[in-house]
Amino acid sequence: MNLPITLTINGHRHQLEVDPRLTLLDLLRERLDLTGTKKGCDRGQCGACTVLVDGRRVNSCLALALSHDGADILTIEGVAHGEELHPVQAAFIAHDGFQCGFCTPGQIMSTLGLIAEGQAGDDPERIREAMSGNLCRCAAYGGIVEAILEAQENMAKTDRRTAA
Amino acid sequence: MRDFDYIRPASIPDAIAAAAEPGATYLAGGTNLLDLMKGGVTSPDRIVDISRLPDLNRIEWLVDGGLRIGALVRNADLAHDTSFAKAYPAVAEALLSGASAQLRNAATVGGNLLQRTRCSYFYDTAGPCNKREPGSGCTALGGENRLHAVLGWSNACIATHPSDFCVPLVALDAVVEIEGRNGRRHVTLEEFHRLPGETPQRENALEPGDLVVAVRLPQEAASFSANARYLKVRERTSYAFAVVSAAAGLAVEGGKIRTARLALGGVAAKPWRARSAEAVLLGADADEATFARAADTALADAKPSGDNAFKIELARRIVVRTLMAALAGTPERLPALPASPFSSIPGARHDA
Repeated sequence: MNLPITLTINGHRHQLEVDPRLTLLDLLRERLDLTGTKKGCDRGQCGACTVLVDGRRVNSCLALALSHDGADILTIEGVAHGEELHPVQAAFIAHDGFQCGFCTPGQIMSTLGLIAEGQAGDDPERIREAMSGNLCRCAAYGGIVEAILEAQENMAKTDRRTAA
Repeated sequence: MRDFDYIRPASIPDAIAAAAEPGATYLAGGTNLLDLMKGGVTSPDRIVDISRLPDLNRIEWLVDGGLRIGALVRNADLAHDTSFAKAYPAVAEALLSGASAQLRNAATVGGNLLQRTRCSYFYDTAGPCNKREPGSGCTALGGENRLHAVLGWSNACIATHPSDFCVPLVALDAVVEIEGRNGRRHVTLEEFHRLPGETPQRENALEPGDLVVAVRLPQEAASFSANARYLKVRERTSYAFAVVSAAAGLAVEGGKIRTARLALGGVAAKPWRARSAEAVLLGADADEATFARAADTALADAKPSGDNAFKIELARRIVVRTLMAALAGTPERLPALPASPFSSIPGARHDA
């Protein structure tokens, strides 16, 4: 039996009727055509499905849509400002933080979560540890860590300018 | 995934009534349950979603100096709570050594206690498993079993409990607060998980409908904060379950051990409190020779359940290493790689 839920996704409110078995990942991809969020392992092991739920990074493949009724969700489609890339997206390009690109939406969403958590600082080892939930089969890890360091620095500079 | 009824109760009594029915299961963070359901390992008829129940997501400091952690507190929130990490550093280190940042943001305290074994035969629905289908047999015995139990196992089941969090908790005398059809009761974490015996499908003290509402730490648990560590050997540096792990807490006065706590992970179907080893440590010199004797005692009853004799020696070494690390003192800041025995500091020994 389908049940009603309301979700805010990338700033837009959606009222939906969903099967109890539907995961947040399948809802995004199959019902709302938001295919930027990728289905890798579908078992919480690869991180390709990472989205922000109420500002926190989670694996959308292990989240029942019904259980997240009322949540505010950010996916890769909601990260850029129009044509202007988010600093994290720009840094991934500048530092070759990917090759095939399949894991990239998850890597970028996970990076946004990591920066918001504020636990890793500018220590590459702490960044690597905090990103271990996102696998990259192309092994672009070196570029990913550089991209995160630069994006974090650029975002902090912007914050300082805004505050000044 | 098989279809199920979805219920979102508004109160704990409603949740217990809904979950007491056969075929019902609780859903909180869902990080283990959904994985099991996708694999067909678990197929509940009814899901009771407790993730919004009020009052279960608080960390409360009690007037008696103890701590009460609500069952719905997320692993990441607990580990990063500054006061908590300061008072119980080994517990914070264990939490941050488990899973990934995404999973720790979703997984809850109660769910961590109740997570199922990662024995690959438990997950393989094509073959027998006494835990999954009582009486069907154990494929792990005689199978790929290098990561299986070396303590407390039986011929019915050689699976291990995968939790990191539970290892320092059991060392610190944590107590599980359970609400059920007959009210509230307290069970020590040491008694909460069961050894397999002939009934490996019975993994803990919970009865139908029982809900873990909180985990408590007694006042004394915080007294080890200056000398407490958790170390974990994994097959990769991060995002992996323990091959073997250990949690240790020491109180040392004038070179002698006044009190000691020790528990092992990855070795049995439950987090393994090493009380006999604690007795060896009590009153002894705080040095490597004592720690080696304690390690021998802790593993005295260990026996391989298959191709895993190496875990016994590995467990001895990790016990010594963890006690040495605890003696050296809790680091000011949690290491970049929580619980890792491999140091990135040049010259630091990593061959003990």
